Amino acid sequence: MAKEEAIEVEGVITESLPNAMFRVELENGHKILAHVSGKIRMNFIRILPGDRVRVELSPYDLTRGRITFRNK
Amino acid sequence: MIPIKTCQEIDKMQRGGRILAKIMTELAAMVSVGITTKDLDEEAGDLICSFGAMSAFKGYCGYPADACVSVNEEVVHGIPGRRRLREGDIVSVDIGIKQDGFFLDMAQTFPVGRIDTVRRKLIETAQGALEEAIKVFRRGNRLVDISRAVQVYVETRGFSVVRDFVGHGIGRALHEEPQIPNYVTKEESPLLETGMVFAIEPMINAGSWEVKVLGDGWTAVTKDKQPSAHFEHTVALTDKGPVILTQEG
Repeated sequence: MAKEEAIEVEGVITESLPNAMFRVELENGHKILAHVSGKIRMNFIRILPGDRVRVELSPYDLTRGRITFRNK
Repeated sequence: MIPIKTCQEIDKMQRGGRILAKIMTELAAMVSVGITTKDLDEEAGDLICSFGAMSAFKGYCGYPADACVSVNEEVVHGIPGRRRLREGDIVSVDIGIKQDGFFLDMAQTFPVGRIDTVRRKLIETAQGALEEAIKVFRRGNRLVDISRAVQVYVETRGFSVVRDFVGHGIGRALHEEPQIPNYVTKEESPLLETGMVFAIEPMINAGSWEVKVLGDGWTAVTKDKQPSAHFEHTVALTDKGPVILTQEG
């Protein structure tokens, strides 16, 4: 099959959940569940409700994502 | 999430896989000088029908044929047509079927008559790379171990690995998570677990790895026009290790 890249979108953290999971409201209004990328964890970047973040979505499952960047 | 299949589901897929392997064997016997890629496709369509299965490719995103038939510099997704096979060509046949609710996917590259040494080595390497990849499809390994096995095997033999196309999970859909690159990437790599079913498909080129898609929107060819080979099996990870589903029982 042809290689598909992850879809990148921006959103705002609405809720912090256990296990480094977050509920994120995307710009298009969708609410998804997102986990934090390993790189963000390693650098101990705190993510709090209200933060703007960049999220990667898999083309297969648009209800889950991976937070790859916290905007300042 | 990578879908996990139960033993019963894997059994169902194995029955479909055996059918697909039989179809591939019949097509292998048909490959010869002078036939067109369309001939192969029509035969594939008839065979799929005769086993009561359905083509997984026909109509997929508008794909117009039952099989993908890719000659020489065509890497994958060659649309069957009037191109005639000539002595010394290599031809990749890729077929997917849907049987009993599950998809199966398989590909092989065949020589047409006598072929030169480079093409012969290319075919052997693609087949060997698939075998190496299946060997490391084990619980406790990561997805990247499969990618690495292919890349190392192919590149130490002087060939290159296509980047733009990848293997994939397979089951109730033709393409499921995860994508399985045939080269090592920096992306997070999931652990392999019992119940995963993957279509592992190394695509390798004699020249550079760069490919482009032709104006028909499907046919991928090597940019440098060097030949390309492609082998694929649908493989399940069971308690007893990897089991190739697309082979005759």
